[in-house]
Amino acid sequence: MSESSAKPVLLTMQDIHIDGRSGDTWSPIIKGVDLTLHRGEVIGLIGESGAGKSTLGLAAMGFTRDGCRISGGMIDFDGIDLLAIPERERRALRGKRIAYVAQSAAASFNPAHKLIDQYCEGPVQHGVMPREKAEADAVELYRRMRLPNPEEIGFRYPHQVSGGQLQRAMTAMAMSCRPDLIIFDEPTTALDVTTQIEVLSAIRDIVAQFDTAAIYITHDLAVVAQMADRIKVLLRGDEVEESDTRSMLAAPKEDYTKSLWAVRSYARPVQPPVTTGVPVVSVQNVTAGYGAADVLKNIGFDIHARRTVAVVGESGSGKSTTARVITGLLPPRQGRILFDGQPLPPDYRQRSRDQLRQAQMIYQMADTALNPKLRLRELIGRPAEMYLGLKGKALTERIRDLLALIELEPEKYIDRLPSELSGGQKQRIGIARALAAEPKFIICDEVTSALDQLVAEGILKLLDRLQSEFNLAYMFITHDLATVKAIADEVVVMQNGRVVEQGPKEEMFQPPHDPYTELLLSSVPEMDPDWLTRLLADRAARRAGQG
Amino acid sequence: MSVLFTIFWIAVAVVAAMALGWLFRWAAVAASRGEARRALKTAPLAASFGMLVILIYVVVALFAPLIAPYAEREVVGAQFLPWDATHPLGTDNLGRDMLSRLVYGARNTVGIAFATTALAFFAGSFLGLLAAAVGGWLDQVLSRLVDILMAIPALIFSLLLLTIFGTSIVTLVLVIATIDATRVFRLARSVAQNIVVMDYIEAARLRGEGLIRLIFREILPNALAPLVAEFGLRFCFVFLAISALSFLGVGIQPPTADWGSMVRENATLITFGDVTPLLPAGAIALLTVAVNFVVDWQLHRASGLKE
Repeated sequence: MSESSAKPVLLTMQDIHIDGRSGDTWSPIIKGVDLTLHRGEVIGLIGESGAGKSTLGLAAMGFTRDGCRISGGMIDFDGIDLLAIPERERRALRGKRIAYVAQSAAASFNPAHKLIDQYCEGPVQHGVMPREKAEADAVELYRRMRLPNPEEIGFRYPHQVSGGQLQRAMTAMAMSCRPDLIIFDEPTTALDVTTQIEVLSAIRDIVAQFDTAAIYITHDLAVVAQMADRIKVLLRGDEVEESDTRSMLAAPKEDYTKSLWAVRSYARPVQPPVTTGVPVVSVQNVTAGYGAADVLKNIGFDIHARRTVAVVGESGSGKSTTARVITGLLPPRQGRILFDGQPLPPDYRQRSRDQLRQAQMIYQMADTALNPKLRLRELIGRPAEMYLGLKGKALTERIRDLLALIELEPEKYIDRLPSELSGGQKQRIGIARALAAEPKFIICDEVTSALDQLVAEGILKLLDRLQSEFNLAYMFITHDLATVKAIADEVVVMQNGRVVEQGPKEEMFQPPHDPYTELLLSSVPEMDPDWLTRLLADRAARRAGQG
Repeated sequence: MSVLFTIFWIAVAVVAAMALGWLFRWAAVAASRGEARRALKTAPLAASFGMLVILIYVVVALFAPLIAPYAEREVVGAQFLPWDATHPLGTDNLGRDMLSRLVYGARNTVGIAFATTALAFFAGSFLGLLAAAVGGWLDQVLSRLVDILMAIPALIFSLLLLTIFGTSIVTLVLVIATIDATRVFRLARSVAQNIVVMDYIEAARLRGEGLIRLIFREILPNALAPLVAEFGLRFCFVFLAISALSFLGVGIQPPTADWGSMVRENATLITFGDVTPLLPAGAIALLTVAVNFVVDWQLHRASGLKE
């Protein structure tokens, strides 16, 4: 607040009301929020999904998604009343003076055109600079965004560039007309922690260099702490509180904000490691892959009853492939899977019904893991009907019990469709479906990564409770180390299809580490506004020391 | 003036159709209960009108002998008599009552088209879903077979087959159903291919579900919306194909009344500015429009689109 308030005001939004249409009625999404942004200042918008962060961010451009309308309030951008001018003039501003960086760069770039063609479109269309100059400018910005080979990378197509690089290319594109304001809509949510660091630092530097004001939308508190001068917390379309980053982190005023902070502290009690007895699942010297390439190279670990083994690593490290080998979707080339000491047939089609019943899976995206046309009664009831032979009244009774177990009221939910549930509720149904088979072992594949923190915490607590109630063994696939801290007993760190380190959780979070584990651990954002600066300085110093 | 006059009559027709649709919806809501009632209440006017038209066609087809004033093949007067009290729509090229033949034509043309479409759908979608669910060599064999059948132009292929196997109604149905099943197969397969990669199908496979349940409980409900839309279109194409074949003389054989051949038999009258020969064509057009109104509405409901 200190330095920025001295600068002139760039954007003022007063008493903004935005409605969304559902069927024939309009219901409010944003209920009277104010926002003031000075030149060169970064404001962070945080809140759960459905809080209206993106809607408010887009409204700063005078834009709403289809089916939404701005029903009240005033938006003043550098002396221009955005709601009063015609659409044509608003369009002339967008891209030129106000730019937008979307969450998924991979989905937002047009796959049919080269990056540099898409970069040049804005400046040329808006008449800011001719094509040749725009191309030279692109290379310059690519360099500033620390993209590899800045001279050549623009001539690639989006699919030839990695996710983190695409996100940086998109930020460079947003910078092409040197806008006064950029709206970042969760730009790093889809990235791995190690990639996230690069994107965050590049964004932070370039925003500072050009003195651009920014609205930074995210649900990750630790990220916003690094990026924003001020933070505004939203809840269901209302502002909860706003203050500058340091005082917000040090002393949140409202209960809701405090509850957001508190989530990070959930951890289950430490349990002694099991070394004796037959493990429920034992992965032994497994090598597997698609086509000619090996995705997994000679991996092995054990999972005991009542224990949670977290498998961590970046995308592409082979976590999900491990799950596919255990479930039998991908028969391994070498090695074997033991279940209770007995070898499992490599292909799921050769496994007996009882073997299939014993190992269940919960998927990352509950949206695609639940058949949208089936009611909960059938979704949950089918495994019980199939494996346990329950019918009629007994089956209904079992479905009710299961719904009660996952803390959903049976009467209210039993005949609903998945589309009539929230994200967290859908994930609970995924858990209930796994439990219905009465398994010994459950694979949880990134089950919380698509959920808000508060909801995710509820899911973790539920899984924890069910584990002690039913003696379950979990294999927990995740890239989120905060989740690992919360729920794991043992950790397996994977990189490029190999296990680089494994052991009990307490040991894993204590040095000394394998270099890759060290990189992963140090890349997890912390709730400290100086964390990123310090980390980058550390890494630079270490690199200098080595060189 | 005549342009204005035409516009006026089109407006009258549209308003009348909407009014009929509204009345029909009101009556249908009153006569039904439960789930059906709720669905009917939200039906758009176009869909209500379409349902009304289809209902009328069905009634006419079922009770043709009671409705028609004369028998289907009875010669009742001179050729090409004008419209009058005894023959409301005049007589045809052999002196048969035009109205009676229109009524019987509904039974023949609509009945055969419906049977053909249903057959094409049953075979095409089942095989399409099967090919997508099983994959591998079965998919290859079925798909290449369909490619071969589709490589031959449909009309020429059906003319060829009908010439070889003779022109009975059963062969007609089988030939057109086979040709149309290839199109349904392609659609069903491509829709199902997007569904079989979903996690819930993987979950069902890992659960150990059998193929039949996988197809009918897990895949089919999610493929229904595009298939329903295709059914409406396909019904119209089949309808037109039968009429076209009848017009060419290899479809439904005289003296059986059929709308396609009726147009051809009486085509001479068109040169005299008489609309009578166009009435069977109008009957075809009205039914295809009505079917599509209803299918659009069902598609909307099945796909869960709100707008």
